[in-house]
Amino acid sequence: MSKELTYLDAIREALAEEMRRDPKVFVLGEDVGPYGGAFGATQGLHEEFGDMRVVDTPISESLIIGVSIGAALRGYRPVAEMQFADFISCGFDQIVNQAATLRYRYGGRASVPIVVRAPSGGGVSGGLYHSQNPEAWFVHRPGLKVVAPSTAYDAKGLLKAAIRDDNPVVYFEHKFLYRRAKGPVPEGDDIVPIGVAATRREGNDATLITYGAMVTPSLEAADRLSKEGIEVEVIDLRSLMPFDKDAIFRSVEKTSRALVVHEDVKTLGIGAEISAVIMEERFDRLDAPVLRVTYPDTHAPFSHVLEAFNMPNADKIVDALRRLAAY
Amino acid sequence: MPPIKRTKFKLTPEQLLEMFYWLKLIRGFDERLSILVKQGKVRSGVYTGIGQEAIIVGTCYGLRQEDYICPLHRDLGSFLMKGVETRVMMAQMFAKETGLSKGRDSALHSGVSELGIFGNTSMLGANLPVAAGIAFTFKMEKTDNVVVAYFGEGASNTGDFHEALNFAGVHQLPVIFICENNQYAYSVPLEKSMAIDDVAIRAEGYGFDGVAINGNDVLAVYQATQGALARARGGEGPTLIECKTYRWHGHSEHDKAFYRTDEELAMWKSRDPIPTFTTYLRARHVLDDEKQKGIDARVAATIDEALEFAMSSPDPTAEDAVTDLYA
Repeated sequence: MSKELTYLDAIREALAEEMRRDPKVFVLGEDVGPYGGAFGATQGLHEEFGDMRVVDTPISESLIIGVSIGAALRGYRPVAEMQFADFISCGFDQIVNQAATLRYRYGGRASVPIVVRAPSGGGVSGGLYHSQNPEAWFVHRPGLKVVAPSTAYDAKGLLKAAIRDDNPVVYFEHKFLYRRAKGPVPEGDDIVPIGVAATRREGNDATLITYGAMVTPSLEAADRLSKEGIEVEVIDLRSLMPFDKDAIFRSVEKTSRALVVHEDVKTLGIGAEISAVIMEERFDRLDAPVLRVTYPDTHAPFSHVLEAFNMPNADKIVDALRRLAAY
Repeated sequence: MPPIKRTKFKLTPEQLLEMFYWLKLIRGFDERLSILVKQGKVRSGVYTGIGQEAIIVGTCYGLRQEDYICPLHRDLGSFLMKGVETRVMMAQMFAKETGLSKGRDSALHSGVSELGIFGNTSMLGANLPVAAGIAFTFKMEKTDNVVVAYFGEGASNTGDFHEALNFAGVHQLPVIFICENNQYAYSVPLEKSMAIDDVAIRAEGYGFDGVAINGNDVLAVYQATQGALARARGGEGPTLIECKTYRWHGHSEHDKAFYRTDEELAMWKSRDPIPTFTTYLRARHVLDDEKQKGIDARVAATIDEALEFAMSSPDPTAEDAVTDLYA
C-alpha cells in the first residue's frame, strides 16, 4: 500500500513508526513536545508516546546532543531535533568530538546510535541563521554518517535507516522540500540504505551529481537540454557520508563528463571532494574538467533579490552543462 | 548555601581499610606515572590527581556496578574503583594494545559501558550533558541507579555545565555533580575565572542543593555522597557537592606550576588526605603497623605487576589507526 505524502509527513511517519516498533527510540529537542515541532515534524507524537519519549528540552543544543549520546550508550536510539540546521553549531562539540570519536577511543567496544535531524537550506527568505547548509562540516569528520534526502520516499526510508544504524547520523532535511516535495510513500518498512545513490534520470552525455533541494532544478535543467539533444544523467547522492562512489564512477565512465551541483557554498563543499575523487580515480575516463554549480562563498541573505542571486537554479545549471558538453 | 545534610553512615573496620587501600593505590599509581613521565617512558600528557584522592574514594566507594560515573581527566582512580584492572589502566597510559582504547588515546578518554564508566573527551565539562542523558534513562526505567559526574571548578564556567545542571534540575534526575575545586584551571586561579567563592551556589540557580565540603577528608566526602545518593535513589533529584582541594602537581606533568607559591603548596600538603585518614584509623585502632605494611606491600605489588604487564604488552597493530570508526 502506498499513499501520497509530503516530505514533512514522511519524516513524521518514519518517527512514529520507528517509535512504535522499538521502545528504545525517543525524540528530543526544542518544541518537539505538545507543540509538535517548529515545522510540525513531531506533531501527534507527544500525544501518542508521552513526556518521556517526546522530550521538550531547554534551548541547549549541546545538552540535546549530549543527552542523546548518554542515552545511546545505555542502549537507546534517540532522535535529536535541531530546530534549524544553523543551530547545530551550538551542539558541534558534542557531535564532532564526543559522538564521532567515541567508538574509536573506546577501542571499538561501544557505539553511538543517535540521529541528529537538521532542517537545512534556503530559498525561504530565512536569512543568515535559518538557511544554512552545513553538511560538509560533518562529512569532514570521520565517525559520522551524513544523509540528505530529496524525496518524500527517501525522507522516510533514510530516516528509518538512520535510526536503525549503530553510528551517529546527521540527517539533513531540506526545509524548502517540506511541503513542496510530495510523492508516493509506502506504508511500513521501506528502508533506503545509507550510502546508496539514486539515478533520477538516465543519459549518456554528461553526469550531474547532486542531492537535497538541488535535485529538482537539476532535473529541470536536464529536461531543457534534452530538447537540444544533450542527455544528462542525474544522480541523487542521498547519502553524503559515505557517498556512492560506484554509482558516480559507473556514470562518469559512460558520459566522460561530470558536474556537481549543491546549495552549500563552493569552497571545500561536497563538490570539491567528489571532483577530487573522480580526478584521482577516473582521470583517464574524463573528456572535461569536473565543474561545479554551487552557492557562492557568502552568507545566506534575507532579501529575495540577494538570495536569488546566490541560489543555484536551472538556468545556472543549464549554462554549466553547456560549457561541459562543449569540451 | 544550605547546611550540609548529615547522613549517618556506619563503615566496618574492613571497609575503612579498603578505603585506605584505594587512597594508597591511587596515590601510588599517579606517583609512579609521574616518575615514568620524567623517565620518558610515558609519552603523552599525564594529568595526575595527587592530593585529590579523597574525592574519588569518598564518592566511588560503595557505588553499584549499575551506577554510572563520568570522570574528569584526573580521575584515574575512579576507573580502578569502578572495576577496571590496574594493569589495563597502566597499559592505556603506555598506548598499548591491551589498554582500554587499544592505543587510540591516552588517559581517560575511554570508557567501559558494562562497568558504568563514561570516558570523556578533552573538552572539560562535555561529560556533563552525557551524564544527564544517562541519568535520564535511569529515570525512564524507574530504576534507582545514579550517575556521579565529575568536573573541575574551571569546567563550571562552560556552557555544557550550565546546560546539564539546568536539565538535571528540570527533570529531577538521579545525578550527583562532584566539583573538584582544586583552585586552578591550569594556571588561572579561581578568583580570575569566577566572581563567587563557592561553585556550590551555582546549584541554587538550577533548583537543587549545592554543598561545599572539605575535599581532602575522605569521610566527609563519603558522608556527603551518601546523602546525595540516598536523595537521588529516592527520586529527590540532583545534588552538587563541591569538594575543596588542591592538586600538588602542575596541570600536566609538563607544567612546572610557576603561577603559585611554595607556601601555598606547603599549606595544602599539610592537609594531605592520606595522613589525615591514617591518623583517624590509628586513633580508632583500625590500622596498625602490621596492617599498614600489608597494605603498602599490596599497593606496590599491584602497581609493579601493572607496569610489567603494560611494558610487556604489544603495541597496537599499525592498521588499527583506521579501524573502529564505524560500527
